[in-house]
Amino acid sequence: MDSDEQVEVSTLEAYADTIVPGEKRFPDDHAIAGASPGPGAVVAGALELLHTEATGVTVGLPYLAQSLNEHAKVYAKENAVTLDESLPPFVALSFADRTALVRSLTAPGHPEKDGWVSLALFCNMSFDSAAHKHTAEAIAEGHPGLLAMGYTAPDEDGLWRFPKFSYRRELARVHPDTTPSGSPA
Amino acid sequence: MTAYDKTDVVIVGSGFGGSIPAYHLAAGGAKVTVLERGPWLETKEFEHDYLLGSSYTRAFDFVVGDGMSVLGGNCVGGGSVVYFAAMPRAPKFVFERHGSIGRRMWPSALTRDSLEPWYDRVSESLPVSTQDWNDVSYAGGLWAAFCNHSGRTANPAPVAVDNDRCVNCNFMMAGCRFDAKRSLLTNYLPAALAHGAKIRPLHEVQRIERIDDGDYRVHFTIVDDEDYRLQSGSGTIDAKVVIIAAGAGATPVILQRSEAALGTMPHAVGRYFSGNGERLNTAIINEERVREVLGLSREDGKVYEANHIGKGPTVANWDKLDGSLPEYERYSLEQLYFPPGLGTILAQVPDGDEPRWFGVQKKEILKKWASWLTIFLMTEDDNEGVFGAPPPTGNAYRISQQMLGRGPLKYDPTPNTRHGWALADAECKEILEKDGLAKVAPWTNDVVGAYTVHPLASCRIGDDPATSALHPNHELRDHPGIFVTDSASVPGALTVNPAMTIAALAERSVPGIVRALQARGVDVTYGAPAPDGSITGRRAVGKLSLVAGS
Repeated sequence: MDSDEQVEVSTLEAYADTIVPGEKRFPDDHAIAGASPGPGAVVAGALELLHTEATGVTVGLPYLAQSLNEHAKVYAKENAVTLDESLPPFVALSFADRTALVRSLTAPGHPEKDGWVSLALFCNMSFDSAAHKHTAEAIAEGHPGLLAMGYTAPDEDGLWRFPKFSYRRELARVHPDTTPSGSPA
Repeated sequence: MTAYDKTDVVIVGSGFGGSIPAYHLAAGGAKVTVLERGPWLETKEFEHDYLLGSSYTRAFDFVVGDGMSVLGGNCVGGGSVVYFAAMPRAPKFVFERHGSIGRRMWPSALTRDSLEPWYDRVSESLPVSTQDWNDVSYAGGLWAAFCNHSGRTANPAPVAVDNDRCVNCNFMMAGCRFDAKRSLLTNYLPAALAHGAKIRPLHEVQRIERIDDGDYRVHFTIVDDEDYRLQSGSGTIDAKVVIIAAGAGATPVILQRSEAALGTMPHAVGRYFSGNGERLNTAIINEERVREVLGLSREDGKVYEANHIGKGPTVANWDKLDGSLPEYERYSLEQLYFPPGLGTILAQVPDGDEPRWFGVQKKEILKKWASWLTIFLMTEDDNEGVFGAPPPTGNAYRISQQMLGRGPLKYDPTPNTRHGWALADAECKEILEKDGLAKVAPWTNDVVGAYTVHPLASCRIGDDPATSALHPNHELRDHPGIFVTDSASVPGALTVNPAMTIAALAERSVPGIVRALQARGVDVTYGAPAPDGSITGRRAVGKLSLVAGS
């Protein structure tokens, strides 16, 4: 087994990869399950974001990783899954089993739901808004999540402007009971 | 550090509920201090940036409750800095609603007609303008075309945006960098300052007590400018009248925490919370089908791919705002932009396999983000939210340095609310999926509960002491001299964006507050013009018997 730090990193990477999956970084990549082509949350910077103090979850990460592995052991036992003991238990789960476990941890009524939802939230944000980087810089650097979503680059001053924004056509009949203020009657 | 001060009026919060009385009372001659728990951001600080710590997180609060999460403003200017400036007036039937109590929930004195002059005052002051099809974003135009294709109407929404300045960047939720959005920072607040009102940012009011001479003492703590979890120092300020306008998510919590010192609060403090019946649906647009069926295309040849271009909601469908329909079956369907981050995670994969909010299929729809069309449903809910025991400070246990916290609100939607949501969801699906134009799914409530950007009614006005916390003049029952003028005072869901109604009620509340101050010996009058000096609105309300002073 790896050092505690390596266990924590790969466990959290596996969680992030369950939320926004990606392709393996190298053939023997265990943390990333390889369930989806192209980069996912891990390559988008999930660990970097989770370690950004502003999130408020950073100090809890060792506990969350440890707890996730405990849940993975219980899950494996209940579902007769044999874990590769050279890997942290959550990392040893298949993508489908990771997904099933995360679903149960984040489901309404689970006593630890808040913590797992927060973790999912920030993993997702690393991909869809790169909240650990200035957005303009992230785009300039080719942030995989922002690029995948079709973000365009801002103007030179870092601000977005869209001079063309409208079809400029009447596209529907307005409601007959509209008042002069433009409100419903 | 302990600060001590004294003034005529303390106003808690600087959104619509706080800024509007602040201006009128200061202009009328009262000494006014506004305590705002968020920062005071200047225009140049409004960034186009999703980095944690940029204006995007500094200006907002996102509080996760049990069954409901609330997104609100947290800065000088409050909700007006972070909202999308859609300003429709509420339809007539809203004021006749019975909701969960089986009788008219609004005060008998209040109807759409009686509120109209106050709406006019707000409209003149911001100002609010009607929109034509040239002002409508691609997303709004697309929604209009969808509505038309399925035999429905669609309206450009009235907004408080200066279109000549707007660059359609869709970043207005992080504050408007171009001062195109007519937030309170551009009208009521500078006018209040010009008349001597004091605004203190990063002052979080914790509780209120009554002191010997009948005045009130307001206790606050000072919030760190960067890490809102940290508080340094505290103080008090005494006033003859206190106006609480901290937002529907925080106003009742301050009163709950004050109960030990002030005495029993009305039953409705912290109850009857409404999420304005809100719900979001995300449609994934089939670009080619839109070209073929609706005949739409942009100047650059693209069909749509413009989720990120625009200015929030620009077009709404109001066909179901029909007073002849039964309660809980009336709703509006509005095109809305919702930025990534907190919102995107709640979008579900239409017709996907579980889980639909994360995983492989979710990533695939994220890659089509530019082709998303978000529809915002505002329905009639059942005022089922209840606030539990207040947290030690503020209205939430703060998790992140900014924005994210866990609050005591519990919300368990009734069958009535679910019925309204289901009807609106079904209508969305019918409109959007016709002829294969799109696939749509509602946001999931399973992750952070239902979700509202327009919290209402946690401390509402009404005629019935059992079900309303405030007299119809916004004074807290059994606690004379305390007024609540914000979204908490709105009795129930409005089926449209509520800012216009919140602002109109705040305008309407001011003459009564002037009278209360006069009764306490403060030399103050009512009758200021609009912040820019316009007097049309003043003339209209001047005819009303409510007006106090000379």
